[in-house]
Amino acid sequence: MKTEWIEIGRAEDIPRQGARVVKTDKGDIAVFRTAEDEIYAIRNCCPHKGGPLSEGIVYGATVACPLHNLSLDLKTGQAVAPDDGCVTTYPVLLEGGLIYLDFSSREPAA
Amino acid sequence: MNKKRLVLIGNGMAGIRAIEELLKLAPEIYEITVFGAEHHPNYNRILLSPVLAGEKSFDDIILNSREWYEQNGIRLHTGDPVQEIDRVRRKVRTVSGIETDYDRLLIATGSTPFIIPVPGASLEGVIGFRDIRDVELMLAAAKSHKKAVVIGGGLLGLEAANGLMKQGMEVTVVHLLDSLMERQLDKPAAAMLKASLEETGMRFLMEAQTAAILGNQRVTGIRFADGSEMETDLVVMAVGIRPSIELAQRAGIRCERGILVDDCLQTFDPSIYALGECVQHRGQCFGLVAPLFEQAKVCANHLAGLGYGRYTSSVTATKLKVTGIDLFSAGDFQGSDGSEEILLRDPSGGIYKKLVIRDDRIAGAVLYGDTIDGAWYFQLMREGRDIADIRDRLLFGEAHLGDSGHGGQSKASTLSDDAQVCDCNGVCKGTIVKAITTKGLFTLDEVKAHTKAAASCGSCTGLVEQILADTLGSDYSTPELKPLCKCTDATHDAVRQAIREQHLTSLGAVFEALAWRRPDGCPACRPAINYYLIATWPGEARDDPQSRFINERAHGNIQKDGSFSVIPRLWGGRATPDELRAIADAAERFHVGEVHLTGGQRINLLGLKKEQLPAIWAFLGERGLVSGHAYGKALRTVKTCVGSTWCRFGTQDSTGMGIELEQMTWGSWMPHKFKMAVSGCPRNCAEATIKDFGVVAIDSGWELHIGGNGGVKVRATDLLCRVKSTQEVKAYCAAFIQLYREEARYLERTAPWLERVGLSYVKQRLLEDEMGRNALAKRFHESQRIAKQDPWRERAEGREAHEFEPLKILG
Ligand code: SRM
Ligand SMILES: Cc1cc2nc3c(=O)[nH]c(=O)nc-3n(C[C@H](O)[C@H](O)[C@H](O)COP(=O)(O)OP(=O)(O)OC[C@H]3O[C@@H](n4cnc5c(N)ncnc54)[C@H](O)[C@@H]3O)c2cc1C
Ligand code: SF4
Ligand code: FES
Repeated sequence: MKTEWIEIGRAEDIPRQGARVVKTDKGDIAVFRTAEDEIYAIRNCCPHKGGPLSEGIVYGATVACPLHNLSLDLKTGQAVAPDDGCVTTYPVLLEGGLIYLDFSSREPAA
Repeated sequence: MNKKRLVLIGNGMAGIRAIEELLKLAPEIYEITVFGAEHHPNYNRILLSPVLAGEKSFDDIILNSREWYEQNGIRLHTGDPVQEIDRVRRKVRTVSGIETDYDRLLIATGSTPFIIPVPGASLEGVIGFRDIRDVELMLAAAKSHKKAVVIGGGLLGLEAANGLMKQGMEVTVVHLLDSLMERQLDKPAAAMLKASLEETGMRFLMEAQTAAILGNQRVTGIRFADGSEMETDLVVMAVGIRPSIELAQRAGIRCERGILVDDCLQTFDPSIYALGECVQHRGQCFGLVAPLFEQAKVCANHLAGLGYGRYTSSVTATKLKVTGIDLFSAGDFQGSDGSEEILLRDPSGGIYKKLVIRDDRIAGAVLYGDTIDGAWYFQLMREGRDIADIRDRLLFGEAHLGDSGHGGQSKASTLSDDAQVCDCNGVCKGTIVKAITTKGLFTLDEVKAHTKAAASCGSCTGLVEQILADTLGSDYSTPELKPLCKCTDATHDAVRQAIREQHLTSLGAVFEALAWRRPDGCPACRPAINYYLIATWPGEARDDPQSRFINERAHGNIQKDGSFSVIPRLWGGRATPDELRAIADAAERFHVGEVHLTGGQRINLLGLKKEQLPAIWAFLGERGLVSGHAYGKALRTVKTCVGSTWCRFGTQDSTGMGIELEQMTWGSWMPHKFKMAVSGCPRNCAEATIKDFGVVAIDSGWELHIGGNGGVKVRATDLLCRVKSTQEVKAYCAAFIQLYREEARYLERTAPWLERVGLSYVKQRLLEDEMGRNALAKRFHESQRIAKQDPWRERAEGREAHEFEPLKILG
């Protein structure tokens, strides 16, 4: 399947060390902006008990789930040891202050 | 970049711990080579006793597998002791002839068992108890022989004797003195220990001095100084250890009993460091791992070139790892001139407790039979806590300070493996023990991270610490001063002080001033620092929403399904029909999932989507309702009863008082949540005596109570004072809150805070120092000037709109 970049908004619309949600018919995607202005997108659903990761505290390129504090690496989607679990990540592209998201390649798990 | 070369001699507990600490701080700067005399990767020496007793296998106690060395790029040579250090050429050479250059050398050669130099000491079947080889020899002896003598009735000797008995041998412990474990126990406790060990079948020969070991090739017996003899097939000498310093001595490194090191763990040769049982620091040698791990931290800090750690000394606690025997000892347990003792002695109940007190502080403790409070006493001791206020209850333990939580479960060692320890996360004892042994955990934090036990409400912390001590044999857990989080070595108090004294007003400034290890902190420190900033510099420090937990950022409680709850303030628990109508209308219009009366006399609207929040807040706001802060580390509710307005017993207008207090204090951010209540008479229907600040009306005025808690650990309040007027109630309330806001640590509720600083201290600040009290109240009112803004209204009007809207809706 070929990449399909969809524009989802401006980087400055997401607070630093924060996240916003993109609602899709396949579920919510959390789009993060780190203190260093990197942008990451992951499925907004914690591998532990489905917590909304977009509401978590962001530090480095990591988010701590708001429900039970599991930490996930935003780059890889992997839980930070000693926790385990992982979450789907989505490719993002930042161009001229606009964020593009490609979620065609990965179907969010049901 | 050219890496520097670091060589470690001694592949044991202290040395490898230092390497682990170093890898955490500076994984890149060294090329590391490790030489070990033993044939194994680093294992947990402490757990040799359970291996001997057949309770664990050797694989269970490996701390660092060979893969670990590989993954971290460490070259490991096992079974090849270093024979020579050439300090001029900076080289080491091993017995097999391997030579390696070093830029920094770390010596951690541990110690060797002292073998009493009597005739026959080198016969076959005479061994020490130090490494896995000794254990293998003992296990082999137990298979083919019957009788064993252990010389030395100390910690190690008794564990050896217990293990050999478990392997089916007949064991006699020979001890030079008249009392066992004299370095940890006083005589009464030692006598109880001896009696219980005798019950298991262990035999003792006290005040006996070994004169010779008999036999031709293998040991057959032992002769004592008084001429008597005893047959035996195995002799285990556990009479003490000697620091292994020969190698260092030969290289001309200054040694006395151990290798001399300074507070940076540096030897007199600046490129050589040493730590562990082989060193002597400020005249002291070591025999337990807790101090060695502290040394490892400091040593790693210097090897990493950070250069600010100092090792001064450690207090240690011990525990005997003999299943079924609960024993704890710490500090100066004998006492001396100027110290006092608090004692409980119940020989038939098998319980003995002694606390040695000096200047109102715990100097030492011996516990036998019931050790549940060992960790607590040890903590009080290390923190140098003034115990004057609690001395009447001290000996009965932490549970008697009002903790009804886990008071009933007293002995970690007698809990079965499937007993649930952490009720929040459903973690059983067996799971914890397994994690400790298989993953090589040593601290409470590590157990929390790996098992989630004690990671939620924390009420089982004491029990988990006990299991840790029980499994490992000693208390390794908390260093003397707990750093605020893993990003720093600074304590809560140090951070606050820096904020105040250096006038820091932003998180970034704090991170820079205190050299934070992570550029933007972590979820533990950011909310704490954010609170300290806004509490210290109200109006000046800017609140950082991204450093707040979602509840405080979104001004509602997040629920398990990601929805939010809305709890409006009902001042003093009173509601008008209009307010009730507004809430009912809101519930209907916004299709809330459920309406629920809370435990705090308010109404909870549950199941709202985050996007709906500003609209429902606007709706409620238009009808006069504001945020109840049910989500915040903030003033929560002020519960009241109907009081003298209606009640036939009421002595004062408790509802009116509650409303005044709530109007004075609402919107205030606190170290933790803060709850109040006002009852109209001593029947106390508003449960004021389990609140952070409770007011009980009496005929002549009001009684003020502080430090209550109705949650995880129920704690009844302490009486602060009695006052006459409403003005006084408000003045003391404001001053108390401000003292708490300024001095408690983040996430410390008033109950634990009060227990930490002592009721006398708070009384002194609030009752004896009138000017100080007024100043506190004044600072509280100043900070309230900007705090009493309804956050719901601000957001309904559009503030931080991004928080409540999706970035984009697709499809
Ligand atoms: C809603 C409510 C239960 C209810 O339906 O009645 C409630 C709900 C929660 N309580 Fe509570 N507590 C509620 C009254 C209480 C009470 C009773 C009271 O206030 O008189 C207590 C015991 C009194 C006390 O605090 O001393 C209470 C002791 C706790 C504790 C234990 C605190 C402690 O220091 O031991 C926690 C855990 C914590 O704060 O860390 C907690 C935590 C929580 C949290 C915030 C759990 C969480 O982190 O999500 C719950 C939020 C649910 C939500 O979204 O609303 N809740 N909680 C009550 C709201 C009262 C209000 O009007 O604001
Ligand atoms: C049976 C037993 C039970 C114990 N129980 C407890 C307890 O309950 N609580 C507690 O706190 N402590 C306990 N201890 C003590 C604890 O194990 C030690 O304090 C700790 O292991 C010391 O660490 P170390 O690194 O200094 O020495 P070690 O762990 O002994 O490591 C030193 C290593 O250096 C090696 N070595 C020596 N010379 C050379 C050389 N020239 N070249 C290469 N390698 C060399 C040795 O072979 C050894 O492997 C116990 C000890 C034993 C033996
Ligand atoms: S509301 Fe309180 S008691 Fe009830 S489940 Fe939640 S935290 Fe536990
Ligand atoms: S749902 Fe994320 S940690 Fe539990």
